[in-house]
Amino acid sequence: MLRIEYAYWLCGIFLGVCALIEARRRRVLQAAFWGILSLCFIGGDIVESAFNAGDKFLAQTVGAAVVALAILAGSGRLKRHPEFACDSDVRRISASKLGNKLFLPALLIPIGTLILALTQPWLHIGDAALFDSHQATLTALAVACVIALFAAMSLTRSNLAAAGTETARLLDALSWAAVLPMLLATLGGVFAATGVGDAVGHLSAMAIPADSRVACVLAYALGMVAFTVIMGNAFAAFPVMTAGIGLPLLVVHHHANPAALGALGMLSGYCGTLLTPMAANFNVVPAALLELRDPNGVIKAQWQTAAWVFQANIILMYFLAFR
Amino acid sequence: MNYWPLLGVAFVVVGFALRLNPALVVVAAGILSALLSGLSIADTLALLGHSFLSNRMLMLLVLTLPAIGLLERAGLRERAHAFVAGLRKLTFAKLLISYLAMRQVLSMFGLNNVAGHPQTVRPLLAPMSEAAAEKIDPTIDDDAREHIRALAAATDNIGLFFGEDIFIALGAVLLIQGFFAQNGIELDPKSIAIWAVPTAFAAFIIHSLRIVFYQRRLVRAARENHAAD
Repeated sequence: MLRIEYAYWLCGIFLGVCALIEARRRRVLQAAFWGILSLCFIGGDIVESAFNAGDKFLAQTVGAAVVALAILAGSGRLKRHPEFACDSDVRRISASKLGNKLFLPALLIPIGTLILALTQPWLHIGDAALFDSHQATLTALAVACVIALFAAMSLTRSNLAAAGTETARLLDALSWAAVLPMLLATLGGVFAATGVGDAVGHLSAMAIPADSRVACVLAYALGMVAFTVIMGNAFAAFPVMTAGIGLPLLVVHHHANPAALGALGMLSGYCGTLLTPMAANFNVVPAALLELRDPNGVIKAQWQTAAWVFQANIILMYFLAFR
Repeated sequence: MNYWPLLGVAFVVVGFALRLNPALVVVAAGILSALLSGLSIADTLALLGHSFLSNRMLMLLVLTLPAIGLLERAGLRERAHAFVAGLRKLTFAKLLISYLAMRQVLSMFGLNNVAGHPQTVRPLLAPMSEAAAEKIDPTIDDDAREHIRALAAATDNIGLFFGEDIFIALGAVLLIQGFFAQNGIELDPKSIAIWAVPTAFAAFIIHSLRIVFYQRRLVRAARENHAAD
């Protein structure tokens, strides 16, 4: 019934509305940026099916669109629209008038997602499951967002046009940082396809004294951190480092327990995720969302936790993998 | 082995160090790496496009924006702020530590998308944290406010990362299991997830302590300001 693709289409529609709003403000570059992105989301499904069927033309077009997005972002001319709308006094008066009722639609997003995600195995219409099992939680998030939007509209007595304006305001505040997570994940996919991972694994395996158990544990854990910092994603680092160091040196040569080594290796990578601007959706996007002047503010707030957890993790790895 | 595509990695590092636009650096590095691996320009574009579309789920934060935007215009952040200011017993540390615990437990059950930066941190946790800090020091400056918002975002990240590794049906655990299965080692997902538990506890304790220490610093700074007046 409900598939994740519908959420992508909805996303495409929202982005398209923002493109129209920007076009009406005669902000051509912004309109082009969100418009291109909108088309990628609305047509994404068709492009992917064509690609899987062996027709690469549409995927090449999307590739060209990605290059266009990067050039628009890199031009430095996606300037923010000056905030004018309503000032903080109006918001404060409205806040005291509506009171705690304001929380209800906002909480509908997390609580609605929670309830839909937990009950989705039992939700059926006729014989068909309401949620397609692929990415069911994300689909539930999309449904919860739509429910919350209507609740917010009825509470604040706004129409869809006002919702569009607000979406454009928030997207404008994020600017190109909104697409950075997708671009970084794209780079991860390209690196995997071009053998960057294997090359890194080979090089690091050559540099390690294989007979020292401590050296191998340190090299594996630090390698996970370093490669995660470069790739922005522990999932990309795990197969590389485990194939290069974890499996041949620690599991085969030093008889480490693979389950413990794998779990703690992945967690070392997570410490790396906390340190890198490459993990844009965790570290860069929130800095933009929270209007921090320092784009690395979130990383600065969490690096100490990451460093301490990493030390605890190495000690755990040394003792748990070699009991 | 072709080591040339590694130049793409170097390109990213240099580009970030020179503070060039990250979006531009990342796409250029991908193209460089693909061309150096011997792909044609047409294949490079197709790889870029396909890889971009396979990661569409990362853009779903857009779906939260209309509702959050409307509520913000109606004063959601101001209300979240006033709500915490009115709860006298809710301290800064209690607020952030209970959020951390909740986030860890939820992601332990695979419910990663229930909370997050657009849906809970920006509209709720960040203004609430600022309000809780104001209870300690009403004259808190902009730098401290920024650090408090950043700490709220960091708390969300840490809760998410060190909870999800325990969940067996998705993500990390299945990736680990799949990797070892490809290499002829069969593992039970439960036996992998169990080894993430000690680190999850360690992360909770370490980050909670850091929150408590930060609260103490705020209290001390407030007292010194008071003495100076």
